[in-house]
Amino acid sequence: MKKSVKRNLIAAAFIVPSLFIFINVVIIPFVMGIVYSFTDWDGFKFAGSNFVGFDNYVRVFQDSDFLTSFGLTFKYAVCMIILVNVIGLSLAMLVTSKIKSRNLLRSIYFLPNLIGGLILGFIWKFVFTKFFVQVGEVMGNSSIFFNWLDDPTASFWALVFVGTWQMAGYVMIIYIAAIQGVSDEVLEAADMDGAGGWMRFRKIMFPLIMPAFTISLFLTLSNAFKQYDTNISLTNGGPYGTTELVAMNIFKTAFSMNQYALAQSKAIIFFLVILVVTVTQVVISKKREVEQ
Amino acid sequence: MKRRNKSTSILLEVIAWVSGLLMLLPMYIMFVNSFKGRAEIFTDTFGLPESFSFEYYAAAMDKMNFLSAFKNSLLVSVISIGLIIIFSAMTSWMLVRMKNKLSNGILLLFVGTMLIPFQSVMIPLMQYLNKWDIPSLNFSMINTHYGLIFMYIGFGLSMSVFLYHGFIKGVPIALEEAAMIEGCNTWQTFWKVVFPMLTPITMTVGILNLLWIWNDYLLPSLTLTSPALRTIPLSTFFFFGEFTIQWNLAMAGLVVSIIPVIIFYLFAQKYIIKGVMAGAVK
Repeated sequence: MKKSVKRNLIAAAFIVPSLFIFINVVIIPFVMGIVYSFTDWDGFKFAGSNFVGFDNYVRVFQDSDFLTSFGLTFKYAVCMIILVNVIGLSLAMLVTSKIKSRNLLRSIYFLPNLIGGLILGFIWKFVFTKFFVQVGEVMGNSSIFFNWLDDPTASFWALVFVGTWQMAGYVMIIYIAAIQGVSDEVLEAADMDGAGGWMRFRKIMFPLIMPAFTISLFLTLSNAFKQYDTNISLTNGGPYGTTELVAMNIFKTAFSMNQYALAQSKAIIFFLVILVVTVTQVVISKKREVEQ
Repeated sequence: MKRRNKSTSILLEVIAWVSGLLMLLPMYIMFVNSFKGRAEIFTDTFGLPESFSFEYYAAAMDKMNFLSAFKNSLLVSVISIGLIIIFSAMTSWMLVRMKNKLSNGILLLFVGTMLIPFQSVMIPLMQYLNKWDIPSLNFSMINTHYGLIFMYIGFGLSMSVFLYHGFIKGVPIALEEAAMIEGCNTWQTFWKVVFPMLTPITMTVGILNLLWIWNDYLLPSLTLTSPALRTIPLSTFFFFGEFTIQWNLAMAGLVVSIIPVIIFYLFAQKYIIKGVMAGAVK
């Protein structure tokens, strides 16, 4: 056998298994999905489906439930970005300061991440419907402690609350890594120059941990957009479909309403929006990064 | 660092612990209510239970078929993660060493598609893999564990190839060349020399994949229909739907569901936190 042929065969042995699975699980379905979105496919046999051009896409934009879901998802993503990163960064600052038991606290803050969105949602469902109600009764008509899941506005905030509670610990870890990467010398130099705590944070720390912001914002944003598990277990879209995020809307359009082609068009639009929003975010944050 | 005055550090300590306890509060509430009777839950969700008896645990574990779910979760996660590690390490190494247009193209295919959300492929994916059925061999990608594992590998590869590729670029080639001269073939060189050097990133890849595969609900909910095949998130979902009225039973079921995670966390927390850090730095 020629040497180059043999080399190519060896290379193929290392690459083809992954490539085969990846193409079959991700690439082919993705391409199929684009094709389906332009047809009147009914979810069963694709043969016999007709090409309908942009009809599904037009219908998507006339679907008021979908538009509401999208708006809600944007609002959810914005709230999550702000809360998760403010709280995550604050926790990171706390556990990198000289407090005792910082390692234990770090583990505790991260814990909700291991439990998973579905189970977390169920746990909080109990907390909101039982614990909150009882605390409210004890305090007498509290404006905070009532069953959040009965009220459309409060339900939305319950989703944000539980999402933040889960993700803050994850981005905390990312910020810890960044903070530990800032050299003490730089901070000491700032001290020498007379920078106070806030000044030091804003002018020195903040720019140096900018790469961590890029990653954390990206993760929060893409997770918020794809949120499904907590949505199902905590509110299940209720009360009266007021907390249906976009992932859940797509799922229901396909598997409860059997409108597969329409659901697929929604899914393609969903992909395009995620693409545009996250790429924009990464480009903007990258620009603000500085070299240490 | 400037010396902080004493009251500031006490204040920080207090804030840190209050946040920590708040984080744990739902877990505490879940735990104590898993021992309470219905009447007791109705009057007091916060206090310790009157007695610690495990009757609700026994009932919950029985009704959600916990041992079977645990076994299924373990099987699916361990095999998926093992194969993700093997495939993505091999592929990434070859892609780094090939350094030509084709390898760049393949890398781009893996990494560039990271932004595709699961929702965008799930409908055609189910339709497509359904076509792989071979009834005569009893082979089916839908409603089987190996089908689920196949899909987990597919979805896990992007991030794993990305992480391995970044790491391997920094690994010097000298040792590999020495091994080749000593007479190792490519396969031996990879497993005996290269793969052991990748251990730090292998840990990271393993942990990051474990975090999502163990907790994943959506994919099993789409592919698994037989109750006997259910993983922990899936069995928790069905169990919870049935027993929302009986909160004590539901809480006991949730406690049981998260116990494996907590035990694992107690032993592996150092690696988990390191793994997440390493995954984020890239």
